[in-house]
Amino acid sequence: MALDSKVPEGVLADKWTKHKGEIPLVSPANKRLLDIIVVGTGLAGSSAAASLAEMGYNVKAFCFQDSPRRAHSIAAQGGINAAKNYQNDGDSVHRLFYDTIKGGDYRSREGNVHRLAEVSRNIIDQCVAQGVPFARDYGGLLDNRSFGGVQVSRTFYAKGQTGQQLLLGAYSALNRQIAKGRVKMYARHEMQELVVVDGKARGIIAKNLVTGEFERHSAHAVLLCTGGYGNVFFLSTNAMGSNVTAAWKAHRKGAYMANPCFTQIHPTCIPVSGENQSKLTLMSESLRNDGRIWVPAKKEDAEAIRSGKLHPNDIAEEHRDYYLERRYPAFGNLVPRDVASRAAKERCDAGYGINKTGEAVYLDFAAAIMRYGGEEAHVKGLKNPSDVEVKALGEKVVEAKYGNLFQMYEKITASNPYKEPMMIYPAVHYTMGGLWVDYNLMTTVPGCFALGEANFSDHGANRLGASALMQGLADGYFVAPYTVGEFLSTDIRTGRISTDSPEFEAAEQAVRERTEKFITNNGTKSVDFFHKRLGKIMWNEVGMARNEEGLKQAIADIQALREEFYADVRVLGAANGMNPELDKAGRVADLIELGELMAKDALERNESCGGHFREEYQSAEGEALRDDENFAFVSAWEFTGIPAEANLHKEELTFENVELKTRSYK
Amino acid sequence: MATTSKGLFGSSLARKYWMAVSGLFLCTFLVGHLLGNFQLFVSGEEGKLAFNEYGHFMTTFPVVKVLSYLTYFSVVLHTVDGIMLALQNRAARPVGYVKEKQSANASWASRKMALLGTLTLFFIIVHMKSFWYEMHFGALGLDANGNKDLWTLTVTAFEQWWYAAFYIVAITGLAFHLSHGAQSAFQTLGINHPKYTPIIQKTMTALAWLIPAGFVAVAVFLYVVQPGQNL
Amino acid sequence: MDLTLKIWRQNGPQEKGEMKTYPISGVEQDMSFLEMLDYLNDQLINEGIEPVVFDHDCREGICGMCSLFINGEAHGPGRKVTTCQLHMREFKSGDTIYIEPFRAKAFPIIKDLMVDRSAFDRIQRAGGYISVNTSGNTIDANAIPVPKENADKAFDAATCIGCGACVATCKNSSAMLFASAKISQFSLLPQGQPEAKERVLNMVHQMDLEGFGNCTNTGACEVECPKGISLENIARMNRDYLFASLSSNK
Repeated sequence: MALDSKVPEGVLADKWTKHKGEIPLVSPANKRLLDIIVVGTGLAGSSAAASLAEMGYNVKAFCFQDSPRRAHSIAAQGGINAAKNYQNDGDSVHRLFYDTIKGGDYRSREGNVHRLAEVSRNIIDQCVAQGVPFARDYGGLLDNRSFGGVQVSRTFYAKGQTGQQLLLGAYSALNRQIAKGRVKMYARHEMQELVVVDGKARGIIAKNLVTGEFERHSAHAVLLCTGGYGNVFFLSTNAMGSNVTAAWKAHRKGAYMANPCFTQIHPTCIPVSGENQSKLTLMSESLRNDGRIWVPAKKEDAEAIRSGKLHPNDIAEEHRDYYLERRYPAFGNLVPRDVASRAAKERCDAGYGINKTGEAVYLDFAAAIMRYGGEEAHVKGLKNPSDVEVKALGEKVVEAKYGNLFQMYEKITASNPYKEPMMIYPAVHYTMGGLWVDYNLMTTVPGCFALGEANFSDHGANRLGASALMQGLADGYFVAPYTVGEFLSTDIRTGRISTDSPEFEAAEQAVRERTEKFITNNGTKSVDFFHKRLGKIMWNEVGMARNEEGLKQAIADIQALREEFYADVRVLGAANGMNPELDKAGRVADLIELGELMAKDALERNESCGGHFREEYQSAEGEALRDDENFAFVSAWEFTGIPAEANLHKEELTFENVELKTRSYK
Repeated sequence: MATTSKGLFGSSLARKYWMAVSGLFLCTFLVGHLLGNFQLFVSGEEGKLAFNEYGHFMTTFPVVKVLSYLTYFSVVLHTVDGIMLALQNRAARPVGYVKEKQSANASWASRKMALLGTLTLFFIIVHMKSFWYEMHFGALGLDANGNKDLWTLTVTAFEQWWYAAFYIVAITGLAFHLSHGAQSAFQTLGINHPKYTPIIQKTMTALAWLIPAGFVAVAVFLYVVQPGQNL
Repeated sequence: MDLTLKIWRQNGPQEKGEMKTYPISGVEQDMSFLEMLDYLNDQLINEGIEPVVFDHDCREGICGMCSLFINGEAHGPGRKVTTCQLHMREFKSGDTIYIEPFRAKAFPIIKDLMVDRSAFDRIQRAGGYISVNTSGNTIDANAIPVPKENADKAFDAATCIGCGACVATCKNSSAMLFASAKISQFSLLPQGQPEAKERVLNMVHQMDLEGFGNCTNTGACEVECPKGISLENIARMNRDYLFASLSSNK
């Protein structure tokens, strides 16, 4: 099947307006006859479900958590971008578009990204109208901060809990529709299978996680808003329950998976502390506004710190290597995430890491504390304040900005970041890849849409900070509610979809068999045992740096792991009733298959771009070498039975409005 | 015991408002009562006549009568409402914890309001039987001015150690009840302000201990001085 | 570290439950409390015993999914932390740790330590929103300035994660801190004003219907709340409800 992105013709800035004007409308009377299933209730899912219900469609929403409010969007910390130019620093829709394309290392679609930048402004208006309490300045107007990879302040925030506030806003919109009966909410339900009837997505098999029952739900369209698959690495900043199952089931039913190897490794996370660690915690990128990243300039200092003989505060300024400021003077500590992560890895691999494992660098607030303290002292009119006074004042300012993050850090590490620098290391955070979608956000299975992190569309090979929230809400509030009309307008005469068809029967049967197999397997190892092993393979071979040999090894290792998993996994308990181990087994089974495809995708992309760094393709200075001649395309993989033997379809990326340049933040 | 109606009757918040309003009114009653009691510090014939005169005034003056009916009503309301709340609260947790560390997060008095309230109610019944009932329906002698001799009834009661002791224990219970209730009533009525709440809390906590201290002082004085023996 | 865990096991909503004792050794100080339970579960699976079921998801203190009443306190002995942020360095080797589900009539047990908190969702649905459709034509975000103090207070109230520690802690199983947090958030913002009266009346009504207890101002909820939601919010709800009752037409 040829891949048609369906990006409208015409001038970039007019594409979306023109397209919106041309999408066939569905009359209010007909909307009432159309059912839509929304899987996932994060930013994309909640906002889409609420908006579609407002428009008049019948919506069924599903989430595996106990409440839609708990989706992992809630954990996003730093902020949301919007081209409002409230700070009058020269921001514009075009600049946000340009930054996003460039930040994504020229591997995303111009049309989609420009649309994202356009609607970004509506998102802020919408959220404020919903009562989202963004940070404000003393005049009562909205405040902004800066994020990595850009030179303007366009990030709106609510302390370090922006994702929470935005999700609760979308959740409140969803609640309003649930209360009206326009949305039927199914919490503690997990999608187990996509049902395709006559080539169209017509429903899902969902498992009621409390009772263990399988339920058939039909609809005229299915929206997958199920987030990313970072948990394929076992250790990531994702929630424990985050998984790829919904997207993977769609993939197995014909939806192409696009750029699965594009994984974002976030530079500022709390380093791994032990073997029993279950997840990694992010320290918001906003900290790089004020924190300076460094390692000791002398190897013997790093060794002394690792063995506990030296304290970082005792290292003199001239013996510190602020390597980001050194290598990238123009952007300094605010380079994009992929660049910052690789730079940290480079230093640690060279032996300058500063914790027990040698895999950590410092994020230091001492300079910011003194700077803010000095400003405060000046405002307060203190003459010749002592260093102690200035420090105390500065700590107050830093606390107001990042208090909850500092507290979180201290709780986890038992170290006080006001007194000594934070230790950080990159960790898996976000997946730019996902289900391939066209301009309408529809996958290659007609009627099956993918929104938010679950699709691949806007971030190319690397996502800029504060853009995930923007994309989730853009897709859910302002894109999908219109674009589903193009598909649904052909469906107004279809009538209710029966759940008694052979397709539903077969789908449910397949799910039952899979479940039964786990329960009766009588293996000897827990699900986590396999998940951890998968994570190790992925992190070592398909992580921050990849090479041909390692990727081939990874594919072989994962295939062997999959066989072992099915032969030896042990799931206790029964299928009828709450059984989290059973649910986890299903998720890990899909993650294993996905991991294989990721390795395959990484192997086939013989260039370094964004989060995908192939060691064979780097400059003498260790910077990524992109190959626009041969790889300016989206890899869309078609499932054939074995992930590593998936069929590759290429969507060529054409850039009419930006010039492809080597990304430089120097 | 779930409350199911909206507005100022029946809802959970309404029940709390009535507790707060009746409670605060009873606090003002206590102040008035205490001021009257202070007259017992004056011993001898002079004190006796004045106190009985006061007693006569309090049982006959129309305005005071209205206030006293309000007081009876408040006691009943505070009691009935309190019992309903306690039942509702108990029903809200049918299975309790095996291990619960309530002292970690709340004061003793705030957790024992129902118990302290019950103790206070028991005290009120005994106290009213001792004095109020006798004053209204009992066969009290008359003093030189022809007023019912409430004074002698009172001082002789407190000359017995067990009565004074019971009184002091009960009033101490009341003090704990007030130490939480008096300031908490403001929170219930929605009065919580960064500037004023600390003042309210300090004032009400002080009153919660000072009012009972006043009652106890009178009781101790009567037991120590034994004014009834000296006449 | 060697520990003795006493954990509530209950097979289903209607089944009888009991405390079971599990000795565990090899616990590390850097483990989070939930990682300690993962570790226990791994051992149980190896021994052929069904693992302990508990709710958890983000493991960074924001989703509100984790719960647990640990040694007599919601989210354990720490302050301003959820169970997932509690670390084993708070305990000593040799300790006995009691682990129970959040208890309230309105939070029925699903299995073991997992409870059903959907009552909270129903309270939100009764009015915890501002009625504004998605249109792209709402007024500019900066059209109505909001005093910073109010915006900050609204934010503080809005940081509630809906975990239910307030209910679990309250001796009356009252949900007032939870309900008042959402009511306050909107009460403090100009956007929340048009529906303010109906909101407070309806949300309190739903809270009552769910069978939560009443507030006796012990303040325990504020102490145990992982997000430090202030009692000021309950006062604001009390105030708003009083005025709404007095001035509403119904």
